[in-house]
Amino acid sequence: MSTPLLEVVDLRTVFHTTRGDVRAVDGVSFSLMAGETLGLVGESGSGKSVLGRSVMGLITNGATTTVSGQVLLEGTDVHALKPSARRKLWGPAVAMVFQDPMTSLNPVKRVGTHLTETLRRHLRCSRSEATERAVDLLRQVGIPEPARRLAQYPHELSGGMRQRVVIATALACDPRLLIADEPTTALDVTVQKQILDLLGSLVAERNMAMLLVSHDLGAVAGRTDRVQVMYAGRTVESGETRPVFAAPEHPYTEALLASIPQLSHPPHTVLRAIEGNPPDMARPPAGCRFAPRCGRVGEDCTDVLPMLSVVLGPSQREGRREVACHHPVLTDPVLTEELGHGR
Amino acid sequence: MAGSGTAHLRPGLERSLVVDDLVVEFRVAAGTVHAVSGLNLDLVPGETLGILGESGCGKSSAGRAVMQLPPPTSGTVRLGDTDLTDLKPRAMRKARARMQLVLQDPVSALNPRRKVKDLVVEGLEIWGWGDRNRDTYVDELLTSVGLDPETVREKRPHELSGGQCQRVCIARSLALDPDVLICDEPVSSLDVSVQAQILNLLEQARERFGLSMVFIAHDVAVVKNISDRVLVMYLGKTCEVLPSAGLESAALHPYTRLLLASVPSEADADRAIDPARGGAETTELPSPLDPPSGCRFRTRCPLASELCAAQEPQLRELRPGQFVACHHPERAVEE
Repeated sequence: MSTPLLEVVDLRTVFHTTRGDVRAVDGVSFSLMAGETLGLVGESGSGKSVLGRSVMGLITNGATTTVSGQVLLEGTDVHALKPSARRKLWGPAVAMVFQDPMTSLNPVKRVGTHLTETLRRHLRCSRSEATERAVDLLRQVGIPEPARRLAQYPHELSGGMRQRVVIATALACDPRLLIADEPTTALDVTVQKQILDLLGSLVAERNMAMLLVSHDLGAVAGRTDRVQVMYAGRTVESGETRPVFAAPEHPYTEALLASIPQLSHPPHTVLRAIEGNPPDMARPPAGCRFAPRCGRVGEDCTDVLPMLSVVLGPSQREGRREVACHHPVLTDPVLTEELGHGR
Repeated sequence: MAGSGTAHLRPGLERSLVVDDLVVEFRVAAGTVHAVSGLNLDLVPGETLGILGESGCGKSSAGRAVMQLPPPTSGTVRLGDTDLTDLKPRAMRKARARMQLVLQDPVSALNPRRKVKDLVVEGLEIWGWGDRNRDTYVDELLTSVGLDPETVREKRPHELSGGQCQRVCIARSLALDPDVLICDEPVSSLDVSVQAQILNLLEQARERFGLSMVFIAHDVAVVKNISDRVLVMYLGKTCEVLPSAGLESAALHPYTRLLLASVPSEADADRAIDPARGGAETTELPSPLDPPSGCRFRTRCPLASELCAAQEPQLRELRPGQFVACHHPERAVEE
């Protein structure tokens, strides 16, 4: 097995606030190979966006934040670097696409400036060379009349077009890893499909690795190789996308899937809602974080925090599956094998 | 002004809401925004009509114009036997109490300085209590929307989650015992697990209080789940009206089919993306300042012909209960 492009080991991101320590990411590990797409799914407050930003190194140790664990990008620990060295990674090694294309573009700079700025800084190319490449990048992301667009300002473009510009900017220096944080949440469904198709084809073309952070399970289902389900800062289940969605092991994954209205259901189908609300991350419950809302809760759930374990049950046949639960949906708990530190 | 037809209206039935040739236009510096251009709809008691469309299609403007907030540019809205469009302000206020609006962002829809127990009965403070007892009625309302009166009664909106605030908003709109509830994207700012709670609650409330509902949203699966009939809007016009049962296979209008094809699903993984074209089609909504002539969808439509530019299609009943405003629906079937 070749070395992974990205390896995250026991990552913890804690914000020190006046309400106490908010453990937004609480011991998450995963690895990502080149050309692979991993989906991070979870509801708001599950820590998926903070995880994405911590991997990027945008959130790092500071006066109000503590990041522990390791983020190894091609063997380099992102959080051990000096800020100036970390900045050199952004662009050529790792790039990010944010949710809101209006706020991630500078309203007083032309589209072209966003692109050429990155190119000239990281690739040290000349002004004319940078412009040439910028036109080419806009063409690659499917923007009509790219040369004319360079002179326009972000407000002159529609939401979908702006997100394409953001993607072009992220791709400018040929990153090996692309982190897409809810790239289509602010867009309409028809545009969302175009953007997801575009990301998919770019990943395949460039053999990039992609971390797709989203709350939309439908979007993740069709666009990722593997998926990791997050709840209250921890991974509750991970595995290959199709089997996870077809036969979830964790009660949270199962409940989440059942709570989404499906087109194939007849009208007025009563949805299986998950009662209650996600926990306050400044005061998470002891034991399993999902226990207060879980239908399969047992006595041990409220005391002992379940660790992520490899499932050796029926779902093992379809790729490696890990679940953090004392009472998985399909597998007898005896058949699981515990992994080290919070994995 | 040519509307998109009235073939889908049911004048023979008892109707709780009738909207006739509704037009909403906004004057801006650059011209006139045609938000809604001739919308017709009706609602029989106990029915839920879903209005489906992307942002900018005029679905929210239509919902607000029905509430007369602000009144439409032209067209009539009849609630039961009352024509809302020619009422005097005082009578209008009285009539509006029979029709309630649930908005997208529940937190900003509530006055942050008032407590839940005051918020839910604000309408009754204006219209009088009748023979209701204040305390028991507050508790009754809160319980009916699945909130525990003991815990939430004394709280203010910022102390509640988004889902709880949406429950308070629903309780508040049910307090006056309305006939019609207009829900404008009531679940799109909520998480999926909470969204299911609110959808189930709306469904229960409709049955319990005998409401008719207009449910405005952009999510096809959500709209299908809660509605009896679905009206699809594009750039201020009606494309298609059809029963929600079996909608995913029955849809005939090319725009409805585009919406259905855009719903992300697991099947996307099987569909190989052609790298040459991969997501490169950049179809954009035309400006509502200057909508296309004829069929407004023609600029994005794969079936568009010269006829579509010259003449506006009218709604026609192509299958029982299914009305389509398209010149070439038969070609959509062949594909």
